[in-house]
Amino acid sequence: MSVLEVRDLTIALPRGGDRGEAASRVSFSVERGEIVCLVGESGSGKSVIAQGVMGLLPKGLPVTGGAILLEGEDLTHATQRRLRELRCTRMSMVFQEPMTALNPVMGCGDQLDEVLREHTRLARAERRRKILDTVREVRLPEPERMVASYPHQLSGGQRQRIMIAMALLLEPALLIADEPTTALDVTTQAQILKLILDLQARRGMGVLFITHDFGVVAEVAHRVAVLRLGELVEFGAKDEVLKRPRHDYTRMLIGSVPTLKPHARPAAAGAPVVLATRGLCKTYRDRGWLAKRREVSAAVDVTLEVRKGQTLGIVGESGSGKSTVARCIVRLIDPSAGEVLLNGVDIAALRAAALRPLRRNIQIVFQDPYRSLNPRRTVLEAIIEGPLNYGVARAAAVERARKLMELVRMDPESLGRYPHQFSGGQRQRICIARALAMEPELLIADEAVSALDVSVQAQVLALLEEIRERLHLAMLFITHDLRVAAQVCDHVAVMSQGRVVEYGPAAQVFGAPRHEYTRALFEAAPGRDFAFGAA
Amino acid sequence: MDLQALSVESANIARQDSAWQRLRGNWSVRVGGYALLLMVLVAFAAPLLGTVDPSLFDAASRDLRPGQSGEIMTLDGELLKHKFVMGSDSFGRDIYSRVIYGTRVSLLVGICAALLALAFGVVFGLCAGTLRWLDGPLMRVMDGLMAIPAILLAIALVAMWRASVLTVVLAIAITEIPRVTRLVRSLVLSIREEPYVEAAISLGSPTWKIMFGHILPNCIAPLLVQGTYICASAILVEAILSFLGVGLPPDIPTWGNIMAEGRVQFMTYPHNLFFPGVFLAVTVLAVNMLGDGLRDTLDPKMAKRV
Repeated sequence: MSVLEVRDLTIALPRGGDRGEAASRVSFSVERGEIVCLVGESGSGKSVIAQGVMGLLPKGLPVTGGAILLEGEDLTHATQRRLRELRCTRMSMVFQEPMTALNPVMGCGDQLDEVLREHTRLARAERRRKILDTVREVRLPEPERMVASYPHQLSGGQRQRIMIAMALLLEPALLIADEPTTALDVTTQAQILKLILDLQARRGMGVLFITHDFGVVAEVAHRVAVLRLGELVEFGAKDEVLKRPRHDYTRMLIGSVPTLKPHARPAAAGAPVVLATRGLCKTYRDRGWLAKRREVSAAVDVTLEVRKGQTLGIVGESGSGKSTVARCIVRLIDPSAGEVLLNGVDIAALRAAALRPLRRNIQIVFQDPYRSLNPRRTVLEAIIEGPLNYGVARAAAVERARKLMELVRMDPESLGRYPHQFSGGQRQRICIARALAMEPELLIADEAVSALDVSVQAQVLALLEEIRERLHLAMLFITHDLRVAAQVCDHVAVMSQGRVVEYGPAAQVFGAPRHEYTRALFEAAPGRDFAFGAA
Repeated sequence: MDLQALSVESANIARQDSAWQRLRGNWSVRVGGYALLLMVLVAFAAPLLGTVDPSLFDAASRDLRPGQSGEIMTLDGELLKHKFVMGSDSFGRDIYSRVIYGTRVSLLVGICAALLALAFGVVFGLCAGTLRWLDGPLMRVMDGLMAIPAILLAIALVAMWRASVLTVVLAIAITEIPRVTRLVRSLVLSIREEPYVEAAISLGSPTWKIMFGHILPNCIAPLLVQGTYICASAILVEAILSFLGVGLPPDIPTWGNIMAEGRVQFMTYPHNLFFPGVFLAVTVLAVNMLGDGLRDTLDPKMAKRV
């Protein structure tokens, strides 16, 4: 008997949605001792299916057909009471964001204890022993201290381990992991993936692993189910699906995953330097009234160079200072020390009035496409705002906006629409058009493709590449994703804790990393042994 | 391979109705809006609704019960036959006419106080949120204003000036300004961290353009909601001030004045309090419902929090 069998599962969407069903006749199974990956882009219905299994679907999304069998028991007709009994004991779930999944005002130990108090009649001492055992099993250091702490006192990875411990306390037959590593840094992600693999092998449970990341799939899956708009397009063994995908959609998705091999485009060494930083520092000082002074160095002694027509990538985990550097260069924040040389002119300490004429030369595209455009302004107004500021006549600015829309592969007729009428990828194209309207010499992409689905990411990357080549732009590309960096960058700077720890041509950094941190990053990249993008 | 063709992204765009469509679909907006519209119509059409001059009185028609007929003398000395739908008060004035004309005062005070408080609050809030050196001093003054109970402050202000519609509106608006200022300031502080504002900075937009082109338009939805609450509370506060005898002069018919005059005889003639009370309750409820509906449709994040 399968641990989980989903048969022809259909979950309805509320009226007025973009399609009728969140999941349409989806069938797959999870056997004892295997990990099944549910892969799909955003909106594919993968999380809805997980919620359906756990009985956590919101009222607007009812199960309208099919069956969900947990060890043979149909959950679609189970009462709330029965579902409550089954959760944690037979099936458990680990969520994406451990900070919000844990109660911030309750100690971690109490939250673990709650599970045992609800479902068992163990005595206090036994409960404590079981909690400590489980915390040890998820390899948290100093279990006593961990159990006594509150969620905010732990790191993201530690919090996720607590979540996993909570899910495994009662030894469920099925573990559902909904994007459990998406919010984590790549090195932490690698550790959590390894932990899940180990625990699964040791306990022999079935795992339903939901992810959008094919690297993770390559790392953990035994079998893979690919979802597209609520329909299961492919289900099979990992090697079958990844190496010989039968469905076009799967093939397209896998083909969109960038390879870890740096591109072989030659970079001219003699190209003029557009932007250089010399010893750039940014220190945040907390000067509280009567409080102790605190200093945080977000960037220390950063020295970089971006040449015309070339792309410099800054790679690092969250908190490494890569965005701080970008914001210092755009002068959204003021550097504490050092120089930012734009065509040889130091703009690091320029006053606002002197800086204004130079601003147009450096433009930036941000990560979050949903917040990068003013929701109350049309696309046209967004794109022509910059040129109008620099005295371009309105008619000329509108004409330029139309050309730019064509350049970013969007319909110029949609210039009159508002941002909410566009998808994330389209909005990111609009942001690129807005930046290009200024005819900058340097384009900074601050995690510009990180929030996008893999197929859209591939399109936007191709667009950026085309623009760089066509307009001969210098590009500063900030990303946490090594694959993306490998695909676009000519030079790479690896940052850690505010410092550049390795800096050189992409082929050299990727081919023979010298710094141990760089090596650790590559070690941690999920699916590194798997050749993607070849399709 | 054609990526665009297979990509599911275009199908993923959330279909969003325009704000106007969503508003019309919200029953709380509809009920509150229609009720308020009715009140506005009543206020405008007061002379056409079978009323007499609300200041007319006739000693012969004192303390009539609702529905009784009587006579009332006009200023020209003409004696009119009149049916007292809501009865009359102890001066022999027609409660119905006074309540209907009172609608004008209440709505005027409510709307003017809300607009005034919003106007000043927006200016102060924008200043506090944008000019760091002004933030501390300005907000401390606002905190000081907020420390005094609103009714007490309004009473003191009206007592300082001569009681009139203008002074009552001013007094109520001043007590509401600090709340609007705080709201706008907090909105400015969060909106100016938004990437689209940072993008505008890097596009070289001057500060005033960013303030009025990017920050202010995104404050409008919560301000609209706040405005309705201020309006409702202003209508109430005006009635309270009048009831306490520190609001508008007794010759102006307002719901609070009518209730204040009927208070003494409340046990024997409850209609003196009942009818203005119902009008007051319905109007405030309508404005609040409109506000709740606006908040739910325009500001869903806030709706979840409250």
